[in-house]
Amino acid sequence: MSDFFKERRKLLFSLRELRGKNNTGKAGSNAGDRAGEGSNGVSSTVKCPRCKREYPQMLMDRKKMVCPKCGYHLPISAEERLKFTIDSDSFQEMDAELETVNPIHFPGYTNKIKSIQNQTGRKDGALCGTATVRGHKLVIAILDHSFMMGSMGSVVGEKITRAAEYAMEEKLPLLIFSCSGGARMQEGMFSLMQMAKTSAAIKRFSEQGGLYISVLTHPTMGGVSASFATLGDIMLAEPGALIGFAGPRVIEQTIGQKLPEGFQRAEFLQQHGFVDAVVSRDKLRSNIAKILTLHCY
Amino acid sequence: MERFQTKKTIDAYTRVGLARDKNRPGIADYIDALFTDFFCCRGDRIGLEDEAILGGVARFHDLPVTVIGHRKGKDLEENVRFNFGMPQPEGYRKALRLMKQAEKFGRPIITFIDTPGAYPGLAAEEHGQSQAIAECLAEMSSLKVPVISIVTGEGNSGGALAIGVANEIYMLEHAVYSILSPEGFASILWKDASRSKDACELMKLTADELYKAGFIEGIIREPEGGIQADPEVGFAGIDKCLQDSLQKLCALSGTRLQKERYEKFRNMAR
Ligand SMILES: [Zn+2]
Repeated sequence: MSDFFKERRKLLFSLRELRGKNNTGKAGSNAGDRAGEGSNGVSSTVKCPRCKREYPQMLMDRKKMVCPKCGYHLPISAEERLKFTIDSDSFQEMDAELETVNPIHFPGYTNKIKSIQNQTGRKDGALCGTATVRGHKLVIAILDHSFMMGSMGSVVGEKITRAAEYAMEEKLPLLIFSCSGGARMQEGMFSLMQMAKTSAAIKRFSEQGGLYISVLTHPTMGGVSASFATLGDIMLAEPGALIGFAGPRVIEQTIGQKLPEGFQRAEFLQQHGFVDAVVSRDKLRSNIAKILTLHCY
Repeated sequence: MERFQTKKTIDAYTRVGLARDKNRPGIADYIDALFTDFFCCRGDRIGLEDEAILGGVARFHDLPVTVIGHRKGKDLEENVRFNFGMPQPEGYRKALRLMKQAEKFGRPIITFIDTPGAYPGLAAEEHGQSQAIAECLAEMSSLKVPVISIVTGEGNSGGALAIGVANEIYMLEHAVYSILSPEGFASILWKDASRSKDACELMKLTADELYKAGFIEGIIREPEGGIQADPEVGFAGIDKCLQDSLQKLCALSGTRLQKERYEKFRNMAR
């Protein structure tokens, strides 16, 4: 019951923020192009790509980068995902040092990786470790869309596999946020085999009675959706996330017609029986905690 | 087992052409030539049948086995009917059903891989193409019977791998196996499908390259001009390969087979 009141309070709070926001938003637009300059020196604003409204970065952080007006879930980094999901300061990273060796000697790949590593401060497209969510300890893995579209090469596959293995050894639940364009082309067959490797590791973890919560976020496609991402005991998805095997463009070219509205979106998958629930970003943490409790973790 | 260097003079692009040749034998020909008493099993037991996957029970030199493979068909009419060998989720669910059945009756599983990929279509997505493939990968990894895969033509993407999580994987000399079709690869990386020839050389998709990288156990020799030029010679090679492989694998316990298969993929591309 107290949770109910807490939720109510949160709702009231967000409504208040929303009202306050609309006012400043109008004021800002009236004043011309000054939306960029905040009063407290924090100058950035965030524009919702769907409804085109602009909000101060601080408010959007609080909203977990969900548009307060239209509910659009803006893409977030792996760090933001971590911050929005786990108890603060509970994260212990694993396997941060793993990096690719350019296994098929693909021209330009090594340099490309180097430059993305410099931009992102990460060795490859997955962030893995242990953390607590409302006090429940778990193994968490987050794919990072800013690192080559979260594509799965040998490093991402290895890190997911190790996360599953660690969860199995330590008898911890496994939580994976997928967000990926699919298998990483530049590693050829080495990428394809990650599908088998990660799926086998999840299967083994599952046979030992481990709980795997898979959260599909925008976008989860190809080799990632056709391997570990769809093997969760509990399948969650963020509203509007594009989830599928083949990309919409490829399907349109193949069948020679436009795809219907909402095709391959999270809600479509729920309707067709492939996810348990479409959960908005602000409810994910409480839902994950609830699922963990229900499984006696 | 034939383990040797393939003819270097044939480039990857030419091999892709040979692998896709319309005259190349298909799953039905391999079943005719190598097995007896084939009994075709149909349907995913959920409500659909996908003819892009052919599967059933047969004898291999008297030993009952389960055979599964992608089916492209021989002529245009068959191509259309079998969707050019591009399975829908129901095809993968049928394949998995037959594999679980093989495990129940202790039969070895032999799969023949030859597909442009899983079908990118409306219904395929509605029926859960991703989930069907993922399920195959996960379940195959833990089967307690011998699993042998032979890539006979083109093995593209997760649609090929979905029936390829095997204890031993062999490739015909001119077969290719890759993450995606060279056209798809070129179109993703360079937004230009016409650069597929460049892609072929970069992708490391030939039997020779994959053998060297440790992805496959061996290469089965093809006659001059490919298996399509003299199928009998090719069939004999496959027959010998399967006999040797089965002899080895049938001596192992179920747990050992499961463990070795797991470790093989675990240590692949580490
Ligand atoms: Zn909006």
